[in-house]
Amino acid sequence: MTWDVALILGIDGLANGAVYLLAGLGLVLIFSVTRVVFVPFGDVAAFAALSLAAFEAGRTPATIGLVLTLAALAVLVETWRLFRQGEIRRLPRALLGWGVLPALPCLAAWLISGHAAPAALRVAVAVALAVPITPLVARVALQPIADASVLVLLIVSLALHFLLSGLGLLFFGPEGSRTGPLATGSLTLPGGFPLSAQVMLMIGSAVVLSAMFFLLFERTVAGKALRATAVNRIGARLVGIRPARTALLAYTLASLLAGLIGVLVAPVMTMYYDSGFLIGLKAFVAAIIGGLVSYPLTAIGALAVGGVESFASFWSGALKDVIVFSLLIPVLMLRSFMARHAEEEAEEIDR
Amino acid sequence: MKPHHWLVGGVVALLAAAPLLLGNFAVSLLNDIGIGAFVALGLVLLTGVGGATSFGQAAFVGIAAYGTAWLTTTQHLSPWLGLLFALALTGVAALAIGLLTLRLGGHYLPLSTIAWGLSIALLFGNVEALGSHTGLSNIPPLALGSWSLADPRSIYMLIWGLLGLACWFSHNLLRSRPGRAIRGLRGGATLLASVGADAFRVRLTLFVMAALLAGVAGWLYAHMNRFVSPSPFDVRASIEYLLMAVAGGLGQLSGALVGSALVIVLKNGLQDVLPWLSQRGSQLQGVAFAVLFILLLHHARGGLMGFVSRWTRGRFAPIADDAPLGTTLPLPQPLPRRAQPAPGQPVLAVRRALKRFGGLAAVNDVSFDVRAGEIVGLIGPNGAGKSTMFNLLTGTLPMTSGRVEFLGHDISGWAQPRIARLGMARTFQHVKLRPHMSLLDNVALGAHARGGAGVVAAGLRLDRREEAQILAEARRQLARIGLTERAHELAGSLPLGTQRILEIARALAADPVLLVLDEPAAGLRRKEKQALGELLRKLRGEGVTILIVEHDMDFVMKLVDRLVVMTFGAKLVEGTPAAVRADPRVQAAYLGSAVEPVAAAEVLA
Repeated sequence: MTWDVALILGIDGLANGAVYLLAGLGLVLIFSVTRVVFVPFGDVAAFAALSLAAFEAGRTPATIGLVLTLAALAVLVETWRLFRQGEIRRLPRALLGWGVLPALPCLAAWLISGHAAPAALRVAVAVALAVPITPLVARVALQPIADASVLVLLIVSLALHFLLSGLGLLFFGPEGSRTGPLATGSLTLPGGFPLSAQVMLMIGSAVVLSAMFFLLFERTVAGKALRATAVNRIGARLVGIRPARTALLAYTLASLLAGLIGVLVAPVMTMYYDSGFLIGLKAFVAAIIGGLVSYPLTAIGALAVGGVESFASFWSGALKDVIVFSLLIPVLMLRSFMARHAEEEAEEIDR
Repeated sequence: MKPHHWLVGGVVALLAAAPLLLGNFAVSLLNDIGIGAFVALGLVLLTGVGGATSFGQAAFVGIAAYGTAWLTTTQHLSPWLGLLFALALTGVAALAIGLLTLRLGGHYLPLSTIAWGLSIALLFGNVEALGSHTGLSNIPPLALGSWSLADPRSIYMLIWGLLGLACWFSHNLLRSRPGRAIRGLRGGATLLASVGADAFRVRLTLFVMAALLAGVAGWLYAHMNRFVSPSPFDVRASIEYLLMAVAGGLGQLSGALVGSALVIVLKNGLQDVLPWLSQRGSQLQGVAFAVLFILLLHHARGGLMGFVSRWTRGRFAPIADDAPLGTTLPLPQPLPRRAQPAPGQPVLAVRRALKRFGGLAAVNDVSFDVRAGEIVGLIGPNGAGKSTMFNLLTGTLPMTSGRVEFLGHDISGWAQPRIARLGMARTFQHVKLRPHMSLLDNVALGAHARGGAGVVAAGLRLDRREEAQILAEARRQLARIGLTERAHELAGSLPLGTQRILEIARALAADPVLLVLDEPAAGLRRKEKQALGELLRKLRGEGVTILIVEHDMDFVMKLVDRLVVMTFGAKLVEGTPAAVRADPRVQAAYLGSAVEPVAAAEVLA
C-alpha cells in the first residue's frame, strides 16, 4: 500500500465515519433515554434516501403510505389506551398529535411530487417525511412495554427491524436507486488529491450536527431533561420530567438524524429498502465503543469503524463487513471488563 | 402410570404413526418442524433455563450444514462422517465463541451474539470454497447400508427419533446434579459459587450443548434438502428460532416442539393466505412474523406452554420423580461425609485482613479465630465492615492484604467455588433461592460439590445411584428443618422466614465444616427467630461450627459462644457475650460515648 492509497482510503473512511457518527449519536440518544437498542435506525435512513430518489424520478414516494399506515396504527393504539383509561375526552388531542401531525410532511410530499421543486426543498421534505417514522413505531411497539428489561426491548427492536424492512419491500419494491449529488465539484488538496464536495458535505454535516447536538444538551431545558432521564430515570421522574415525553423527544431527534443520514448517503451508494441495516449495525458498533452512553467515545468509535471498514475493503472487499462486526467482540469484552457489574440476576424474557 | 406419562406416550405414538397416516406434504412439514425443534430446544435450555439469550443460533446450524456439505461434496466422504465432522466443528466454534463472550455481563452478551451471528453468516456468502452466494448443491442423501433416506418418510424416522433422544436427554439432564446447576444459573454466579460450582463453566457447557443441538439440525437440514446456501443461516433465521422458543414457551422443554410447530405451520399457512391479500404476499410473511413476535413479547412472554403449565398447575398433583412421600424407600447408601475437626481445633484464622475501596479501608487490619464446635458472632454498627469481612472470608471479594486460613489452608486469593468445596457453606443476606425450583431441588443444589455426575452421564441416566443419594441427603436436611411435607412446592411460595431457613438447609446439604450465615435473622418474626435459634443450637450440638454476621443483638447474645465486634472497619473487642456487653468501648461504638454505662448495658441486654 502506498501513501496515496492510504490517503484515499483515509478520506473514504472519514466520510463513512461521518455517517456512522451521526447514526451512532442517534443510537446513543435513544438508548440512554429509553434503554432501547434501536436496531431499525438504518431502515429509517434508507426510507429517507428512497423518498428523495422518488422525488427525483418524479414519483410520489411510497413513504407517504408507510407513514400514514404507521400513524393510523398509532392513533388506534392511543385511542384504545384512552378508552381503557376512561379518558376518551382527550381523544382530539391524541388525534392531532398522532394522526394529523405526522400527516403534514406527507401532505408536503404529495404537493411537491411530480413538480420540478428546487433540490433543497426536495431534500427537506424527504427528511421531514422520515421524522415521524421512529416516534410512530416506538409509540406502537415500544412504549407499551417501556418498563421491560433491556433484553426484551432489544428483541422487540430486532423484530421491528424485520417489520420495517418487510414494509420497506412492500412499499418501495426490491429496486435500488441512487440520487444525484447534493453538492458538485471538488477541492484539490495539496499534493494533488481531489476531495469531492459530497465528501466534504458529509464530513461538514457531521461536524455541524454534532456541535448542534452538544449545544442542545448543554444549553436547552429539553436537552437537560434528556440528560437527566439518561442518568437516572426515577430521579428525573421525581423532578417532574415525564419519561414518555422525553422518550418521544429522543425518538424524534434520532429520526431526524436518520433522515439526514439518508439524504447524505443517497448520492454515494445505491440504496435498497434494506440497505439501512448495515449502516445501522456499523453505527451500533461505534455506539458500543461508547458503551451506548458516551457521545464523545461514540464519535471516536464511529471514525474508527469508518477507517477499519475502508482499509478492510482494500484488503478484502468481500470480508470487510465480517471484519467490522468481528471487531465488536473485542470491544464488548473490553467494555464488559471495564464496567463493574453488580451481582445481578440474569435478565429474563418470560418472567 | 401418571397422567403425564400417558400424555407423552400418546404424543410419541401419534408421531410414530404420522408417516403412515399423513400425505407427503404433511410429512415434509413435520420434518421441518422436527429440525426447527432441535434448535429451539437448545434455545429453551440456553435462554429459558440458563438465562443467556442468543441471536446467533442459526449460525451454528449453518456451520454444521456447511461442514457436512463440504465434506460430502468436495471430499466425497460418508454423511455419517459428516455428522461427526459437523458436530466437532460446531462444538469447537461454540467453545471458542463461548470462551470469548460468555463472561460478558448484562446486555453485552446478547449483543455479542448478534456480532458473531452476523459475521459467520456473512462468511458463508463470501468464501469461495463454500460456493459463495450460490452455496453448495448435490449433497448426498443419508443412507443406512443400502436403505436410502432420501424419501421424506424415511428421514422422518431419523429426525424424530433423534429429536426424541434429544428431548429425553435434556429432560434427564434438568433433573440431575448438573441440571440443577444449570437451573441455578439465573440466580447469579455467587449463588452457584456458594455451592462449589463455577457459573462460567456451567454456562459454557450449556452454550456448547445448545450449539450441538443446532449442529444436529444443520446436519439433518443439509442432507434432507441436499443443498445449502447462506440465507437460511442469517440473523433473520436466528430470530425465527428465538421466535419459536418464545412462542412455544421458554419455561418448558415441550415449548420447543410446540413453538417450532406453531411457527412452521403458520409460515406455511401464511404462504397460502397472503398472496390473496397482496401481490407481494410472500414478502408480507416477514412482516407478519415480526408483528406476531412483538405481540407475543407484549402480551404472552411465557408462550403457549406457559399458559398450559399455568392451567395445569394445581389441577394435577405435582410431579414427583420418586416414590410418593411417606412410603419407605430402600434407602440409598448415604453420601460420604467430611471428617469434622475435633472440638476446639482451629477452623478459621483471619490474620490482619485488609480491604481498601480506593481510599476507604472497609476492613482494616482485622484478625480473629473460629474453633471447631463453637458459634462465633460478628457484630458491629451499620457500616462497620461486617459484610465486607464476610465477602473476604468466602472469596466473594479479593483481599487487599492479609491472609485467611481455613482448615490449615491459606485460602487468600482462592476462587469462591474452591473455598466452598473445602467445606465452607454460606447463606445470603438477600435470600438467593431459585423461586421456580422445588424446595427439594433447592436443597439438593447445596450438595452439588458432593457429587460428580457430568452432563453426559446425567442425560443418559447413568447417574441414578448418585442422584438418589443426593436427593436422600436433601430430604434429610429438609426433615431437619421440618419441611418434608412441602418438599415438592416451589421455593418462591414460602414466606421469607422459611426461605432463610431453607437456605440454611441448602448450606447444610454441602456437609460443611464451617457454616457462615449473613444476617439470618433479618426480616424474621419473633417466632421465626426462635425457631432459627433452636435450629442453630441443635446444629452446634451436632458439631457444626458457625460464624454468624448479625444485626439483631438480642438474637446474637443468646446464641453465640464468642463475639467479635467491629467498628469503622477495625476490630474493637472480642470475647464472650457477657464481657462484650459490659465493655464500655462497645457501648460507646453503638450508643456514643456520652451515654451512662449502666443504661447502655440495659439497652444491649
